[in-house]
Amino acid sequence: MTNHWIDIKNADVIMIIGSNAAENHPASFRWILKAMQERDAKLIVVDPRFTRSASMASLYAPLRPGTDLAFLGGIINYALGKNLIQKDYVTEYTNASYLVNPAFTFNDGLFSGYEPGKRSYGDRKTWTYQMDTKNIPKRDKTLKDPRCVYQLMKKHYSRYTPEMVERVTGCPKETFLKVAETFTSTHKPNRVATIMYAMGITQHTVGTQNVRALAILQLLMGNMGVAGGGINALRGESNVQGSTDHALLFHILPGYLPAPDVKAHPTLEAYNNSAPKTEDPMSINWWSHRSKYTVSLLKAWYGDAATKENNFCYDWLPKKSKGVPFIVLFEDMLKGVMKGAFFMGTNPIVGGPNANRNALAMEKLDWLVAADIWETDSSIFWKRPGANPAAIKTEVFLLPAASSVEKEGSVSNSGRWAQWRYKAVDPPGPEKTRGKSDLDILDLIFRELRELYKKEGGKFPDPILKANWNYIPEGEHEASPHLVAKEVNGYTWPDKKQVKNFVDLKDDGSTACGNWLYSGSYPGKNMMARRGTSDASNKIGMYPEWSWCWPLNRRIIYNRAAVNRKGEPWDSSRWVVKWTGSKWKGDVIDGGPTAGPEAKNPFIMNNEGVGRLFAPGKILTDGPLTEHYEPMESPVANLFNSQKVNPASMIIDEVRGQFGNAGQYPYIATSYRVVEHWQAGAMTRNLPWLNELVPDMFCEISPTLAAAKGIKNGDRVAIYNARGTIKAYALVTERVQPLVVNGRPMEMIGMIWHFGPGCAATGDACNQLTPSIGDANTMIPEFKAFLADIRKEA
Amino acid sequence: MPVTRRDFLKLTGMTAAGAFIGGTTFLTGCKSADKLSGTKESTTICPYCGVGCGLIVSARDGKVINTEGDPDHPINHGALCAKGSALFQVAVNERRLKKVQYRKPYGTQWEEISWDEAIKKIARRVKDARDATFQEKEGAVAVNRTTGIASLGGAALDNEECYVLSKFARTLGITYLEHQARI
Repeated sequence: MTNHWIDIKNADVIMIIGSNAAENHPASFRWILKAMQERDAKLIVVDPRFTRSASMASLYAPLRPGTDLAFLGGIINYALGKNLIQKDYVTEYTNASYLVNPAFTFNDGLFSGYEPGKRSYGDRKTWTYQMDTKNIPKRDKTLKDPRCVYQLMKKHYSRYTPEMVERVTGCPKETFLKVAETFTSTHKPNRVATIMYAMGITQHTVGTQNVRALAILQLLMGNMGVAGGGINALRGESNVQGSTDHALLFHILPGYLPAPDVKAHPTLEAYNNSAPKTEDPMSINWWSHRSKYTVSLLKAWYGDAATKENNFCYDWLPKKSKGVPFIVLFEDMLKGVMKGAFFMGTNPIVGGPNANRNALAMEKLDWLVAADIWETDSSIFWKRPGANPAAIKTEVFLLPAASSVEKEGSVSNSGRWAQWRYKAVDPPGPEKTRGKSDLDILDLIFRELRELYKKEGGKFPDPILKANWNYIPEGEHEASPHLVAKEVNGYTWPDKKQVKNFVDLKDDGSTACGNWLYSGSYPGKNMMARRGTSDASNKIGMYPEWSWCWPLNRRIIYNRAAVNRKGEPWDSSRWVVKWTGSKWKGDVIDGGPTAGPEAKNPFIMNNEGVGRLFAPGKILTDGPLTEHYEPMESPVANLFNSQKVNPASMIIDEVRGQFGNAGQYPYIATSYRVVEHWQAGAMTRNLPWLNELVPDMFCEISPTLAAAKGIKNGDRVAIYNARGTIKAYALVTERVQPLVVNGRPMEMIGMIWHFGPGCAATGDACNQLTPSIGDANTMIPEFKAFLADIRKEA
Repeated sequence: MPVTRRDFLKLTGMTAAGAFIGGTTFLTGCKSADKLSGTKESTTICPYCGVGCGLIVSARDGKVINTEGDPDHPINHGALCAKGSALFQVAVNERRLKKVQYRKPYGTQWEEISWDEAIKKIARRVKDARDATFQEKEGAVAVNRTTGIASLGGAALDNEECYVLSKFARTLGITYLEHQARI
């Protein structure tokens, strides 16, 4: 979230798209309803189903799964065509006025530079700006130049007419137009919309472009940086924000530093040189500080061993030669590349795409270490239904973990608030054998491993022998989360005095910091434990003394965009920051306190300093503007261009034969959750209270599909495609309706995905049916739109 | 910050609401269940979704007695959803593991082993896998990585645990590192 949960109350329009917040983030509705009741805010819900969120909406718009870009492109076209944009904001704070390379083209769904054999846009050298002699992008602030981003967008999105939106998405034109009208009413400086989205936006082959379309809309409306606005990703797990911040992903290091790559970053010098650069004096370009964060990270990891002479042990960091997102990781596991794996509170046999294939991959492991509070579907994969344990070689260690009330530490919510939790009790069981925190488990394994390398030597032992790894306080026996949190915050080296925040960090080895984004969370006092309930002077519900949020306790990021070039708030009734002529008031200002609003651009993490309506260069793999493509498995042809699926999405040869067409599997399938269960279910399917509420796997179908298939409410059905067959109870409901797509009614099968073969309440996993294909940028799987068939079970 | 309910109410300026102190009731004619008397209370954050609602955990003699919404929390003001309301059953649940479970290759059931044995065996497996697959160079570039080990998961771990897992994996040379954010 660029903003935070409470800030939703400041919105005039709330658009929920690709999320069912009423079920999956229920507390958010306290703030949505407050906005509706107290400021007459309008709630728009765009969703294939009439969800619990939709039931509260002022305006509900149905759409076919996988057609968000057609819908959102339609709103962009509506805004540009009717000039419903916040002109001053767009001209000053976005790249609308930037001139684009004359060689950049777009033709029939393909941007310039496409290499069909590689399914890739290669070096994307035409997706660039025209530069002046000082190497600053050329601009036309009148927005009239035909090569400026604004004019390119007007042309690009002119194809997204209300008629096309209806034909492709199945949303009736009148409904779409009401949504467009309501949403674009926020282009006025005194009106603001927020967008709340979740996996319904990201879990597509065009997931990143879906998010881009939302960002484009918010920039055109002038809704970024302001109270009641922003792009708000609703995180589904209590600390998926923090686990991402701390880089439990192949492609990043803590604080969103790039993971070193063999070709791009062979040396520390090359790594540092790859940081974004700018010649524009208006740009703050915060990433120009990257080398300080990198060297401080290396000091935090390798301590005294990291010296200027050895490039702070940069060579010790593993370097990748290829990307290994989840789908590729499991394909490699299936090929037997890995010998062993750690599963730290995760349940991929239910949560991953193509789940039957994942289970087969796990059988190739020699060993598996799972840390969980109880048996999960994945830790008992070797005795799942249909498996023969005596034929599965994998040695499994299931380590009892401590639950969230049995250990101390912080979790970061969607609004970036790092909140401290306390230990109430020990894990259950006898002291000698009972569960341990994941921190303790990792510490024990690491120290034992270090002993082994000390005794026996081995391959490249230096990082293990010399790592800065001392988490047990003197006189104690267990690793302390406080010592870790202090390292994450950062301290001077070697005397370990806590730094105030990341502004203190250096690239000369005199500071160590585990994650620059969290620098300031533990500068001496544990800021994450704060419980102050006073609001800030702007009275917009920031509660700056409650816990701590990254970066620097800034509650709304990109808040320089909340004021005009004079430093006056766009809307004084809900101001975030304001410039007094010499200093800033309100929220912690983005990009440093000294520069005034006329001196610097607001989007400090972009090297242009402005919001990117057009994403230049190598930022994205699949295009600098959004374009509709069909899901990999779709029942219709693409009406916008002759490409079928996103041309830059990677297709793995080994699973190519599993993709189905509408001739074989005629119905659109999608997956979602209910409030009574959580994610892959391991944390709820063992709880009697919740199992009583939702005891088994079910699907939802329309009365028309039910009638066509002879299925009655409560019948047992089989849902199937080339990847698997699952059983479920049918819930026949008018909440699911066929949508008329290009003149033809299309039916849908909706499924919850919480169930699996383990835990107290069992059921078939929806993900046995989902395909091994993902977004062109992130490779997040396409869980939300695929094909299946359904039949009544005898 | 483990506090008693009385301290907690004092801290939050709610001492006037004495009727809420454990052991009393504000419904006349109802005998107090006395459920919370003598409990030690501490605050926590819900382990389910990313809203980050606050809860109060009441424990007595090392056992969780009650969990409920934290009325002072600025996001949820004491309100909870179905899952948050069920947190008690995460802490108090007969399915919780109390010992390390071990399944030997081709085994048909779990066996119980000690923590000490488990940690020793795991460290051995990790070292053997790392040493067997470690690659120091690709061409002239130091890559120092192992393809022998993968690490998955972490979205339910605390920040401090995530950070240490990230450091642990990279220190070993693991590049197969992923978690729920990708799915």
